[in-house]
Amino acid sequence: MIELRHISKSFASRKVLNDISLGFEQGKCNLIIGESGSGKTVLAKCMVGLLKVDTGEVLYDQRNFTRMNFFEKKIIRQEMGVLFQGGALFDSMTVEENIIFPLSMFTEKTVEEKVDRAQFCLQRVNLTNASKLYPSELSGGMKKRVAIARAIAVSPRYLICDEPNSGLDPITSIVIDELIKEITYEYNITTIVITHDMNSVLEIGDNIAFLYKGDILWKGNKEQILHAGKKELVDFVYATKFLREFRKRVIE
Amino acid sequence: MNLLFHLGKYFILIKRVFRKPEKYSIYRRQLLIEINSLGIGSLGIVSIISVFMGAVITIQSSFNFTSAWIPIYAVGLATRQGIILEFAPTIISLILAGKVGSNIASEIGTMRVTEQIDALEVMGINPAGYLIMPKIIASMIINPFLITISMFLGIFGGWLFGIITGVVSSYEYIYGIQYQFRPFSVYYALIKTIVFAFIITSVSAYHGYYTNGGALEVGRSSTKAVVYSNILILVFNFLLTQLLMA
Repeated sequence: MIELRHISKSFASRKVLNDISLGFEQGKCNLIIGESGSGKTVLAKCMVGLLKVDTGEVLYDQRNFTRMNFFEKKIIRQEMGVLFQGGALFDSMTVEENIIFPLSMFTEKTVEEKVDRAQFCLQRVNLTNASKLYPSELSGGMKKRVAIARAIAVSPRYLICDEPNSGLDPITSIVIDELIKEITYEYNITTIVITHDMNSVLEIGDNIAFLYKGDILWKGNKEQILHAGKKELVDFVYATKFLREFRKRVIE
Repeated sequence: MNLLFHLGKYFILIKRVFRKPEKYSIYRRQLLIEINSLGIGSLGIVSIISVFMGAVITIQSSFNFTSAWIPIYAVGLATRQGIILEFAPTIISLILAGKVGSNIASEIGTMRVTEQIDALEVMGINPAGYLIMPKIIASMIINPFLITISMFLGIFGGWLFGIITGVVSSYEYIYGIQYQFRPFSVYYALIKTIVFAFIITSVSAYHGYYTNGGALEVGRSSTKAVVYSNILILVFNFLLTQLLMA
């Protein structure tokens, strides 16, 4: 369980997050949705400690991450898997080395054990044939899958994904969504997905929070979101002309 | 104020760089990789420049020593002194600042803008330590070797081209390079080299580490890394010369 309590964050005079309080359940896909520039990535960065919050607290299973020092944070971070927007794979390492890297850093496993674990993670994301390739030789979807494999290599308790579908075609997006959902349920981890992709919302949104200009405007799940009446959320969910027409007809 | 701001930020980064490593074996492996990349990778350019600079110093000295009161072996002496005291430690360090410094700044800067540094941080790794410490130590270990090789090749280049062009005989040149030789000159050059190695790697890493934005900013960081490293090398060259030679 991850809890956010009264999180606020500003850059100079521009307030990006305004008193955000949220809870993310274990074993579920928790989604934070919102349009570009609404503060989703800033919120994710505050959660993992890449940005300092102005006020508020982030708690990982009742452990106050915000008040921890560098060394205490390191322990929590070793329980985290973070999937970045661009994958953030290490260019100088092969796919297999990317996955082995956190294992080498934090475990005393033998080389064989680490390679086995890497192969297992690659198998999990259907990429066993890519183990010797470099990130520059991979497609966008493959990079995301490798990043997921790297994130789960250390068996994290928390998985935070920042726009896992950005730049991907709809079919690959569904593959990534399915993968995130499977991993969440299988390993019973607390997953947070930052997205503005409505397919993801309807596919994996066990819990959804709608972020609008730094405020949480709505909370619910994938069944509730289609019937929500909040104007800003309706504009976001039914963004295209086709969907607006569709909604109008359903209501009529 | 801006200078103080950057100075403070630089020292905070250096403090983070020298935090206890997460795992010594990985840092050791990284150190060997950096020695190969920063040191061995620069051997070619250092060798070529040293040989030709030695040749040029020899030829220029011989043309300028026109007085009958100056013995011919002074050409060898001037070449030796020029190469050991200034050319090898300072000019080669300036060249390395261009080659290695821009490489470090662009490598770390690219890692910053592609979120690879963030990825390291959220894994619980100290990115400053993992990325920068091996580079600093590697440079401080390998650069004195590069500079020593540069000294030999510079003096050798002077001898070779001095003979080929006929400006000095082999006997007089060798007598000149041995004349009143003080080993302290070499220590002085190596002390300077170690300080310059620290400046090149740490200043370039600083500019790369705090890159903000995209490809354009990576290029800017790279340029700044070279410019500031060069200025600091020249300032510290003056300070160290004053301290060690005065």
